[in-house]
Amino acid sequence: MSRRRVVVVSAGLSSPSSTRLLADRLAAATAQALAGRGVETELEVVELRDVAHELTDHLLTGFPSARLRAALDAVAAADGVIAVSPVFSASYSGLFKTFFDVLDRDALDGTPVLVAATAGSARHSLVLEHALRPLFTYLRAVVVPTAVFAASEDWAGPGALVDRVERAARELVALVAAREPQAAADPYEDASAFERLLAGS
Amino acid sequence: MQFGIFSVGDVTPDPTTGRTPTEAERIQAMVAIALKAEEVGLDVFATGEHHNPPFVPSSPTTMLGYLAARTERLVLSTATTLITTNDPVKIAEDYAMLQHLAGGRVDLMMGRGNTGPVYPWFGKDIRDGIALAVENYALLRRLWREDVVDWQGRYRTPLQGFTSTPRPLDGVPPFVWHGSIRSPEIAQQAGYYGDGFFHNNIFWPMEHTRRMVEVYRRSFERYGHGSADQAVVGLGGQVFMRKNSQDAVREFRPYFDNAPVYGHGPSLEDFTEQTPLTVGSPQQVIDRTLGFREQVGDYQRQLFLMDHAGLPLKTVLEQLDLLGEQVVPVLRREFDALRPAHVPDAPTHASLKAGLALPAAVAPGADSSGAGAPVAGQPVGAR
Repeated sequence: MSRRRVVVVSAGLSSPSSTRLLADRLAAATAQALAGRGVETELEVVELRDVAHELTDHLLTGFPSARLRAALDAVAAADGVIAVSPVFSASYSGLFKTFFDVLDRDALDGTPVLVAATAGSARHSLVLEHALRPLFTYLRAVVVPTAVFAASEDWAGPGALVDRVERAARELVALVAAREPQAAADPYEDASAFERLLAGS
Repeated sequence: MQFGIFSVGDVTPDPTTGRTPTEAERIQAMVAIALKAEEVGLDVFATGEHHNPPFVPSSPTTMLGYLAARTERLVLSTATTLITTNDPVKIAEDYAMLQHLAGGRVDLMMGRGNTGPVYPWFGKDIRDGIALAVENYALLRRLWREDVVDWQGRYRTPLQGFTSTPRPLDGVPPFVWHGSIRSPEIAQQAGYYGDGFFHNNIFWPMEHTRRMVEVYRRSFERYGHGSADQAVVGLGGQVFMRKNSQDAVREFRPYFDNAPVYGHGPSLEDFTEQTPLTVGSPQQVIDRTLGFREQVGDYQRQLFLMDHAGLPLKTVLEQLDLLGEQVVPVLRREFDALRPAHVPDAPTHASLKAGLALPAAVAPGADSSGAGAPVAGQPVGAR
């Protein structure tokens, strides 16, 4: 049975958080859809709250702590990413953005990403389209067509949210399963990089 | 093994008094610090090169030329010389002149610089940083090694029949270190030419330093300059000492908390754990520094950052006394005892002149793996 590594990045601040709740829904639906294709899921959850101080330190010092390094490496080596932010002041939260600010610029190149957000009201739902999607497009990720937004009222009962979660997960899985499993690139290993530079290529 | 200090030359308010030194005071302080380095038995003084406030050292050879006249033993170096935005022709001329004036007590550390606007101020583009470092250095090497140079490249006007004067002292170009914190290409460049590699590890975890030095050592061996453990490695270090470690922590904390580079970020304790910063007793500094060798192998040059973050001159001079009297003699003895006989010292003018320094004696580009090595020193743009 083949395996794919799915990494969830959740920027919820409270505990329990509805952002994490949505992230878990998406992760479960993704694992189920992968299982339907005979693919095992290796799931890792990065809770940004746990590394919030370390993210600020990274901005100031230019290097990550060991724990933050592990989180950044996990995302860089992921076969698929589920990125979920609460809506703060009409956009993703600052914490969410900071994580992707310090991530290596090429880390998500070609990686399938499912974007999702939570808020108190459905009026913010287009944050997914005007903030999260362009962010990941800039990072050259492949963002799945269905973005999932959950307002408070969506947790009231079965409805459109469940359908959207499943559709988005299916879209993510179609991309993840079609890609070869990713190995994290080792920047220290390219022995002839200097020679190519000297040759002017 | 060589021990020394490197100065960024920052003009920073003393956070404990709020007083900011004038540029004149800071420049004179750098001179006093360099003279003190020789007095307490250190081997190397290296100055930074910056072209924006709050830094004073924009003109390294002017300062080093003055220091050459005021010192007798000290090796005068840079940390770093901007190989990207300086004209390599001017570097060749300036440092050859300095070499003559200093009787050969000169080497250089090449760096790219990390201040974005400096590139456009000097007519360059930061996105070309690595390519500039590669092309400019290849030309610099030729200017010091060939009497008459014809050259054409991408970043500078071509040269026909150009002779850089004065020629290097005794026909021996200054030894060159390449400094890079993050770019494996530069570590490979150092290995390709058999030059030294300096990792300024003071703001980075040691694990990263270990990987970068490993890239350099592999490259050094690959291009036929000797075995990986004979490569010439330098490291940074950052320390603050008092007899009692609690006193050191108490006195240094306000400087740490307000330091321009890492201030208002991680705690002193976290940063000490994550990076080579050591704040404590001389013995703690000795133990920590000896530990670097376990990460990167036997190395040839250890430079400490001592004068920054607004520390007053008096304090810096006290720190240098501690370094020279209590730390470096022990480190010299311990490192020398640990180093195997086949690992060379850092090259000096005398050793290079005598042709004794193995690494620099081997022609660059001689690929021990036999896998199609390029001819070093060939102009990049001519390919």
